Amino acid sequence: MATMIQAIRMALHVGEERLGVTDIFGEDVGPPLGGAFTATQNLKTAWNSPLDERGIVGMAIGLALAGRRPVAEIQFCDYAFNTIDLLKIAGNTYWASAGDWNVPMVMMTPVGAGIRGSIYHSHSFDAQATRTPGWKIVMPSNPRDAYGLMLSAIIDPNPVMFLKPKALLRAKALPGEEIPGEPGDLKTLSKMIDAPVGESRSRWKPEWPKLEELYIPIGEARTARTGRDVTVLTYGRSVPMSVSAADELASEGIEVEVIDLRSLHPYDWNAIKASVRKTHRVLCVNEDTEVTNFGEHLIRRLVEELFYELHAAPKLLAGAHVPGIGLADNLEHASVPHKDGIKSALRELARHEP
Amino acid sequence: MSTTAQTASSSLASGSSSSSHGSENQLAPELQLRIHELMLEARVLEERLITMYRQGDGYFWIGGPGEEAFNVPLGLLVDKGTGVEHDYLHLHYRSSGTLLAMGADPVDALRQMKNTATDPYSRGRNFAGHYSARKWNVAPVSSPIEVQYSIAPGTAMAQRATGSKGITIVTGGDAGTAEGDFATCLVWSSRKGSELPMLILVTNNQYGISTPFEGQHGEERISDRGKAFGMPTATVDGNDVETSWFALKKAMDYVRTERKPYLLEAMVSRLNGHSSASGANSVTNEVDCLSRFEKKLEERKLRTRAEMDEMRARMTQELLEASKRVREEPQPKPESIWDYVFADKNYVAGEK
Repeated sequence: MATMIQAIRMALHVGEERLGVTDIFGEDVGPPLGGAFTATQNLKTAWNSPLDERGIVGMAIGLALAGRRPVAEIQFCDYAFNTIDLLKIAGNTYWASAGDWNVPMVMMTPVGAGIRGSIYHSHSFDAQATRTPGWKIVMPSNPRDAYGLMLSAIIDPNPVMFLKPKALLRAKALPGEEIPGEPGDLKTLSKMIDAPVGESRSRWKPEWPKLEELYIPIGEARTARTGRDVTVLTYGRSVPMSVSAADELASEGIEVEVIDLRSLHPYDWNAIKASVRKTHRVLCVNEDTEVTNFGEHLIRRLVEELFYELHAAPKLLAGAHVPGIGLADNLEHASVPHKDGIKSALRELARHEP
Repeated sequence: MSTTAQTASSSLASGSSSSSHGSENQLAPELQLRIHELMLEARVLEERLITMYRQGDGYFWIGGPGEEAFNVPLGLLVDKGTGVEHDYLHLHYRSSGTLLAMGADPVDALRQMKNTATDPYSRGRNFAGHYSARKWNVAPVSSPIEVQYSIAPGTAMAQRATGSKGITIVTGGDAGTAEGDFATCLVWSSRKGSELPMLILVTNNQYGISTPFEGQHGEERISDRGKAFGMPTATVDGNDVETSWFALKKAMDYVRTERKPYLLEAMVSRLNGHSSASGANSVTNEVDCLSRFEKKLEERKLRTRAEMDEMRARMTQELLEASKRVREEPQPKPESIWDYVFADKNYVAGEK
């Protein structure tokens, strides 16, 4: 039962062993650290880059143009903002050249709050990411999806952005979230693939489990919990939070359906429509700031296409539109959605009389 | 043209060895004639593009009159082909001379100007001079003046990793070197033990749109910046064909052999201003590399004035006629905006 960070590492291992990944790189991605969160520990194609995010994205584009399969990391998405016009180029190269050149690269970056990261280690990137056409955007909420989405990202012929929910990276998998081929318990897996801390690290070699390939299709949502009364449209860190809120509301007689989008672009409109047609009530939950938020786009489309199906005004629970996430516990808590807020919003939606 | 650059060129470009291309300072006659023909073709093409813009057959012109003496030799010296074994080019929007020297059809440039559906570089999506040719490893030219300097190290890294004999060539203007991407290029190409086979070019026309280089840059020469990274550098007179040829040859030979970066700055002219936004009128106070080369060819009795006039008239007429044909070619269909969003067709999930 891997953690998400182990799942990502195992996917990258499969990527470089079997799927043609040639370069996994970024700041502190190679030895000795293997990534700020250890996602790239002990990978044979991992290397350290200069501390230059524009250079990292540019390098990935160039490698992809030359037929390599790069996976580039921006250490925290807060530092991806100065790469936006290079992200734009990665996204528009196939279109601008009318199909002459495609850019098969993966850019992965940790996103969101939850680790007391203060102003520059807590930002979300989903709103920016979904405003960059030409990219596919994925964001897992559990280790199995992280593994399967990364493998799909690696073989995709387009640029794919893999947003890693920081707060879930060390969370353990739940039953049903196993990665095919991994050993059953976390301790065994950790012993096999987590490098020891200290001097013995340089001599240590991982023992990779015999992993099977698993491809979670990009563009396919997952129903994380079924229910008849309200639909939650969410992704990443907010998924387990929403499921937990929903479980608690069951005792109040409210049955909530949680749709884990997994892919933000392309997103699974069919799954969204089917759920909303069943429940007629919608709550969008994510951590990015609320003005020009991806949830707003979903609500706009729901209002346009399913207006007469709706029994209550759709709601968005998102990050406060303030310039940063403060360090103190109270500040971080007040800046992004939490279980209590999700529960209140769901109660309100469920009890609303049209 | 700064005197510094001219002085530099005579000392820095003189080390070229003699070869089948000619002696130390002079190219073989047939090569001179070929370069002249291509420079003339590039100039006539730019003139036609400007005329098309003025006649309403295009929305915007930007191009390279004044860079032909440098860009044509570049296109002839490239190891042209597809994939990592050949040279990659990350060019800017003043590179028509290079593309024509590589064998591009000038009529395709007219198609891009007229933004027709037949424009092979962008299907009517991009400005004139924004070439893309995967068959020759020419990465798409984009309007931001600096991004190619961040992207180019990637193709060079691929060449390094595969042990290819190809090199990566990146070019941009002087103004773009103020952007961080130029520093990125210097840093990433010269990492110790991981040096990249990159020919880093700057064509210095001494302007960023309307702003003179002088008021914005403290460095005497842009090429000096390469010295801090331990790479060989040169600043040469890019208005002189032979100086340009030998400087490029020397730099390319170094990069091909040593598999390390070289920074070459060419002082060039900008003969029609920045773009159509500033009128695209010809300027008279800058060196015209084409007239200068033609004078040399006359002196060397390689081509007469009458022959050159005849060539120019013929090329002008050919492109005029081609532009009339291009005018009749179809414009892109509105629904074509959805083409080429993704390299697979799965771009609206759940909808077929």
